[in-house]
Amino acid sequence: MNKLPDWADVILIPLISILLAMGISALVILAIGGNPLHALAVMIEGAFGTSSNLGYTLFYTTNFIFTGLSVAIAFHARLFNIGSEGQAALGGLGVALVCLYIPFPHWSLALVAAFIAASLFGAAWAAIPAYLQVKRGSHIVITTIMFNAIAAALLNYLLVNVINLKTSQEPATARFPAVTHIPKLSDILNPLGIPFSTTSPANIALPIALLVAFLVWLVVWRTRLGYELRAFGQSETAARYAGINAFRITMIVMLASGALAGLYAINKVMGESERLVMGAVEGAGFIGIAVALMGRNHPVGVVLAALLFGALTQGGQILSQDQSAAIPVELVVVIQALVIMFTGALDEMVRMPLVRLFALLRPAGRTGG
Amino acid sequence: MTLKTTFLCATAAFALGTGTAFADPALIFDLGGKFDKSFNESSFNGAERWAAETGGTYAQVELQSDAQRDQAIRRFADEGYNPIIMAGFSNATPLEAIAPEYPDTSFVIIDAEVDLPNVRSVMFDEHEGSYLVGIIAAMATQTDVVGFIGGMDIPLIRRFGCGYAQGVTDTNPDIEVIANFTGSTPTAWNDPVKGSELTLAQIAQGADVVYAAAGATGVGVLQTAADQGIYGIGVDSNQNYLHPGSVLTSMIKRVDNAVFAAMSEGPGLETGLHTMGIANDGVAPAFDEYNEDLITPEMHAAVDAAVAAIAAGEIEVHDYYTDQACPAIQF
Repeated sequence: MNKLPDWADVILIPLISILLAMGISALVILAIGGNPLHALAVMIEGAFGTSSNLGYTLFYTTNFIFTGLSVAIAFHARLFNIGSEGQAALGGLGVALVCLYIPFPHWSLALVAAFIAASLFGAAWAAIPAYLQVKRGSHIVITTIMFNAIAAALLNYLLVNVINLKTSQEPATARFPAVTHIPKLSDILNPLGIPFSTTSPANIALPIALLVAFLVWLVVWRTRLGYELRAFGQSETAARYAGINAFRITMIVMLASGALAGLYAINKVMGESERLVMGAVEGAGFIGIAVALMGRNHPVGVVLAALLFGALTQGGQILSQDQSAAIPVELVVVIQALVIMFTGALDEMVRMPLVRLFALLRPAGRTGG
Repeated sequence: MTLKTTFLCATAAFALGTGTAFADPALIFDLGGKFDKSFNESSFNGAERWAAETGGTYAQVELQSDAQRDQAIRRFADEGYNPIIMAGFSNATPLEAIAPEYPDTSFVIIDAEVDLPNVRSVMFDEHEGSYLVGIIAAMATQTDVVGFIGGMDIPLIRRFGCGYAQGVTDTNPDIEVIANFTGSTPTAWNDPVKGSELTLAQIAQGADVVYAAAGATGVGVLQTAADQGIYGIGVDSNQNYLHPGSVLTSMIKRVDNAVFAAMSEGPGLETGLHTMGIANDGVAPAFDEYNEDLITPEMHAAVDAAVAAIAAGEIEVHDYYTDQACPAIQF
């Protein structure tokens, strides 16, 4: 039985995958007449160069932490929730309703209420596919992706007909009242003497996301429930035999997954837009799948993968706006897709040679097992 | 150390590169992309026309995410581009916040109104242009049923449909107008197959003229209309040439003219609200060699009469934006 050491599994494989993706991206950039080194420099500067750019990177990172955790926790119970997109959209609706219609005395109360509303709405949207999965055997991949379309249609209907701004043609709600505006990262860091750009959208949702990631780790690896859900994921029949209630586990894990996706709205809708616009999720739910895959479904891995995808999103946008690099925006999508392909789909391609390499390097006495 | 040096050099080159671009105009494309066969592409064509005629250069960026609007506008403003032109109403909110921070930069926003001293807001009277093509549709139909196929179901597209329906019913109250929307997500702008299916469905209900206000979805509508031997009506750019003899006319929205004008005027352009309507060729039915056999002298006369009546205030085309409702048709 050849197995990789843990450090190689969690660090080496993703690193090699990223390098391969970057290598091919460089070839593509060369092929269209660009300068890969210049492009890389622009992307790095764009993602981390100034505190404003860093703030955008951290903002996208926060989005991807929430959706990545959402996908990851469901993976532990072998449930492939690809409905984070729709659940996040519903979370946005929850945040918008709370912020628009409840008069809050202070932003902290608004944040707590929005946190609860976002998780409830996201969880509710995941509840129906979860129920259909256990009780009716409708496959969760099919139902969750269909629920993405239903969520889009529902929000579209509401934003065009019900909660839209009556004075404008834009399908968006009114701005949330000023009291519901949660602190930006700059509001927290600048008083501490750390200068941080006031124009970047990174906000208090980032520390919340990190805290939530820690809680996910705590629940999955340090509680009885977490043990049950991992056992359920390893073998459903064995879990049932051991007296684990499949209905209960599926419902709990999907509700948690939906709630985590819904929390996306804290960062995006409450922290950045400060109103609900149509299509607020922008594919973050799907990037969450790549983030979870790359992060090996572990909260630490998810946070690191989210940072990578946040940097790719932000650096990519700056690269496409940079007139000296002349890189079309489609190429940025190609680079992101290559990273997803190598870290997700082509994992085995990197893993197999590594396994053989480690087997060769291993002392002869220890290969017997 | 060497890596850092390389990086610094790259940054320096980057700074120099942007320095030379001083006072060039910049153009921001909305989500949906530069080649959407609709207003983004029209604004791109206007910019290209300006570049070809003046030999000037301009900066451009295609947005990928809503959160990037702020950043894109700010970055161009910081780098000294002027004027900064953006197509799409979704830019209104960020622009309201950013424009006051750059009082020396001129901004142009298309399809939304931002009331600030350094912003020009360009609005199109889509409902009036649609009213005119509605008249033509009403005079061309043999079955007394005409169709409207919208892209994504948003107020802007309802504004098109409402003006069209009023144009039809004002001309002949007995004509039935069928309206369908392609979808509720942005993919509805780029779904020619669904556009084709909706056209077939409307034909089955008796429609023999179909107006598509649906971005690239309209390509499927016009194709099916041509295949089935009925009339199609194009939108945004002149699509008469796509199927000569079948495309009755196109409701042209001259976004390209708005971009061209803004780039030609350059920094310090005249700000305030600019309405591109029937009077200043902002919106109009397209007449050219491809549809000259389809448009009768009576149609020309009716359109001219309506243009005069709208200008004189005798006809008031209902604007969906004013009350989010439409008397001529139920969506």
